[in-house]
Amino acid sequence: MDFAALRELASGNPWPAIWPELSLGCLALLLLVMETVLPKAAHRRIPVVSILGQLAILGLLLANFDTAYRETFNGLLMQSPSGQAMRVFFLVSSIFVSILARASLPGRGVPRVEFHHIVLVVAAALMLLVQSRNFIMLFVSLETVTVGLYILVSYYRSNPRTLEAGLKYLVMGALSSALLLFGIVLLYGVAGSAGLAGRTGDAMQFVGLRGFLGANPHNFMAAAGIVLVLSGVAFKIGAFPFQIWVPDVYQGAPTPVTALLAVASKAAGFIVLLVLVTEVFPSYDWLVGPVITVMAAATILFGNLAALKQSNVKRLIGLSGVSHAGFILLAVASVGQGPMAVGAVYFYLFAYLIGSFAVFGVMTIMAGPDDTAQELGDYCGLARESPFLGGVLACGLGSLAGIPPLAGFAAKLFVFVAAFKAGHFGLLTVAIAGVVISIYYYFGWIRAAYFSDESAISPEVAQRVRAGGGTALRVALALLAAASVVLGFYQGPLGRLVSGQ
Amino acid sequence: MTSLPFDPLLLSVAAPLSLAVAIVLGLPKRWVMKLAYAGFAVPALVALWAWWSFGAAAKEAHGYAFLSSYSTGLDGFGIGLKLGLNGISLPLFVLAGTVGLAAGLYAIQSNAERMKTYLALLLVMQAGLMGMFASVDVFFFYLFHEVALIPTFIMVGIWGGRDRSYAAMTMTIYLTLGAMLSLLGLIAIYAKSGASSFDLMVLRDTLTSSPLGEVTQRHIFGLLLFGFGILVSLWPFHSWAPLGYGAAPSSAAMLHAGVLKKFGLYGLVQIALPILPLGALRWSHDLAAVAGIGNVVVIGMVTMAQRDLKQMVGYSSVMHMGYAFLGIAAGSVLGVGGVVMLMVGHGLSVALLFLLSTSIHHRTHTFDMDQMGGLAQRAPVLAALFLVATFASIGLPGFANFWGELPIFFALWNFSHWITVVALTGTVISAVYGLRAAARVFFGPASEAFTRVCAAQPPADIGWSEKLPALVLAAAMVFVGIWPRSLSTGIDRALTNPPTAAAAGR
Repeated sequence: MDFAALRELASGNPWPAIWPELSLGCLALLLLVMETVLPKAAHRRIPVVSILGQLAILGLLLANFDTAYRETFNGLLMQSPSGQAMRVFFLVSSIFVSILARASLPGRGVPRVEFHHIVLVVAAALMLLVQSRNFIMLFVSLETVTVGLYILVSYYRSNPRTLEAGLKYLVMGALSSALLLFGIVLLYGVAGSAGLAGRTGDAMQFVGLRGFLGANPHNFMAAAGIVLVLSGVAFKIGAFPFQIWVPDVYQGAPTPVTALLAVASKAAGFIVLLVLVTEVFPSYDWLVGPVITVMAAATILFGNLAALKQSNVKRLIGLSGVSHAGFILLAVASVGQGPMAVGAVYFYLFAYLIGSFAVFGVMTIMAGPDDTAQELGDYCGLARESPFLGGVLACGLGSLAGIPPLAGFAAKLFVFVAAFKAGHFGLLTVAIAGVVISIYYYFGWIRAAYFSDESAISPEVAQRVRAGGGTALRVALALLAAASVVLGFYQGPLGRLVSGQ
Repeated sequence: MTSLPFDPLLLSVAAPLSLAVAIVLGLPKRWVMKLAYAGFAVPALVALWAWWSFGAAAKEAHGYAFLSSYSTGLDGFGIGLKLGLNGISLPLFVLAGTVGLAAGLYAIQSNAERMKTYLALLLVMQAGLMGMFASVDVFFFYLFHEVALIPTFIMVGIWGGRDRSYAAMTMTIYLTLGAMLSLLGLIAIYAKSGASSFDLMVLRDTLTSSPLGEVTQRHIFGLLLFGFGILVSLWPFHSWAPLGYGAAPSSAAMLHAGVLKKFGLYGLVQIALPILPLGALRWSHDLAAVAGIGNVVVIGMVTMAQRDLKQMVGYSSVMHMGYAFLGIAAGSVLGVGGVVMLMVGHGLSVALLFLLSTSIHHRTHTFDMDQMGGLAQRAPVLAALFLVATFASIGLPGFANFWGELPIFFALWNFSHWITVVALTGTVISAVYGLRAAARVFFGPASEAFTRVCAAQPPADIGWSEKLPALVLAAAMVFVGIWPRSLSTGIDRALTNPPTAAAAGR
């Protein structure tokens, strides 16, 4: 073997550029080591180590927020301000998931440390996923995420609904990976075929493929590849017609994992979509534009209409998440018209993170012995039992519903402005109708928590509710509620980031 | 501009808001009850100060005074918190301060359940109202409106009367639809103007130098008219209003019907008319017909048929909004100025009527006017105040409403004779139901039901705790009634001073 050549290749690998991912991986390994080394009594401290470690990485990341654009690993990865923002996004998500898991896992007879280990690995892979500018890199990190999620989704293995969810996610995940891979292969193949202008041997690289597509803007094989790639991504974000797995999987998965799926995995899908649409497929706008437009309208309508009649809150939040995917797609459909749409996608994702985790936090505390059976009726009297949790739920749901002055409103406003500038008037009408429909089911939840006279909260849950799920979760929830209010008024650094300053 | 060491407009928003936050964070109850007075008094004092010093204050473009702006991180999108008052927003700012003070005082003495939450929500509402009229930035104008609107839903849902859950749900969905449509209209202005800014002053400058095409104006004005129309209960989108007001607790009804509902009219007058003049012209005849026949006559008849006192007040407020729409349709300086005056007068009188209805309910234990009668003998002060509010509401001279309705009718005559005639029947209708209500509640022989209530629990006249908020409103009504120039000078200047003059001067 020619070590000199390898060494030369490796010399171009700036490992410090991916220090957050590396340190997350090391932290994950550390957790496993601690589990084997430490006595059993000390095991319950391990999740705390995980959370503190992540907080430390988050602090370092924010302190060294690097806004430069830099290609690393010979173009496999691209460092950018938005990539940095998404690193923060995934790290914040994984911190919240860890906190939720710490409150949710005990007493369910499942191993705990492995859960935190996998969450860390998934977070690191998500970070790499959104920065990758090469299909191999993209696929490998995507599979790392997905395999981790296969395990997490079916974590409560004694619950039949969880197992069903795990199986469905496995089958659907495999299908979507297959579609994505097939699309990549088609694109790679057609880009390398002799006789076509601008052919390239390096079509796995986004830049190379973009050059080829620009030279052949109406190639059928490339178009088929693009549609397949988009379908694979649409599975991840739960966009119509690839949303069928969402309600069952969201219901069956443990609540912290539902949160991870709903927030982090979906966000990664959107960033990948955004990168593909703006950096790889612009010359196929004639195809991508209509596909995304139709998908956005159908997703908004389907998500909202299907959520109307749900009484299980996990299914409800899943389907409402589908409608949120539609709203973000609306922004993606408008990216041709200036920077506001891109900013809107990022801002929407952050607002969605804040609102969702506030709601998932309350759901974690309210969960009874069967994590999958949480009905709207179970929330009756929550605000009386605990004004704090009631307030957090109201802030979270209000933000998701897009009610001013909460963060979700600003997010929806940016999306609407971007869509208006792009001239998507029909889509805007659909979106407005969607917002009004969504008020109905979000309001139903609030009504159960606030306006009901009798309490449906069992004594056992009431105890958890009064305790607020422990100090860490309490602090996290208070922060989320405050953030969802403040971000509606004062967008500060995040606003400057998304408005491109 | 001012020698004050702080920004008074920001203070009028921040004071109630920070108190509400303190309550949420767990301020003890005895502190809450004391500080709540300050929470409602500070905005009222700021409003009085602004009223007093507005004439002498230095004016910037478009007649704005007391301007200040704060960055919120979205300068790239042309959004920033910008506060200021001009001749149109000043009267409404004063209205918000006054009604807010009265509603706050009435709430503090009301002994509501979960008092702390109740006051916190009212304070949030008050902050939103002050911010709404003080905002020059359209984004924040809308945002503050919603800040004030959301607590209404919650208050109807928790403290409401009959059918509160249904009423809260209906109101939420209806008003969200209205808010969404008007938001779409505002976005359209933002995107189509090319100004890339939500700052109203920038928008007006841009659109006076390069106005939008007539078709665009027509579409955008239509969106705003429907959106704002739903929020102001334009017929036939009014059905949420009597339902919601019937169920709302008194202070929430006072603030919503008195102040918050004026958001839509204010938006039309302050934003839509100056920058979409052609669109307004195109819609004016349809609007006048709908408002004249629908709001004034049809709803007027419906109001006459009400037996429930609170429902009657609710419907009457829908009816009076018809006059305001007629003034907007007439479009002249006289008509639009009348709208602003009517907003102030109606806001004060309807708030007083809601307040007094609740006080009446405390004594009769019913809102059904057939089961009352003869209350004047037992509560003469209450009767006198109710008569004052009724006289004001039907537009007798000497009260603020008169100076709103009169110019509207004059302007309307120049606009269309037959609509003026139709609308004038409204004054007769409102006199009929107003005076008949006063007669049924306070005069004549007591009904059997009321005699029983009197025997069980003899009703007393209203004490100072109820009288004070009522007197605040009545005094403001009379003051504006006998000295309308204190407001109309500023309104005139804001409306006659064409925006081009300011733009040309720059």
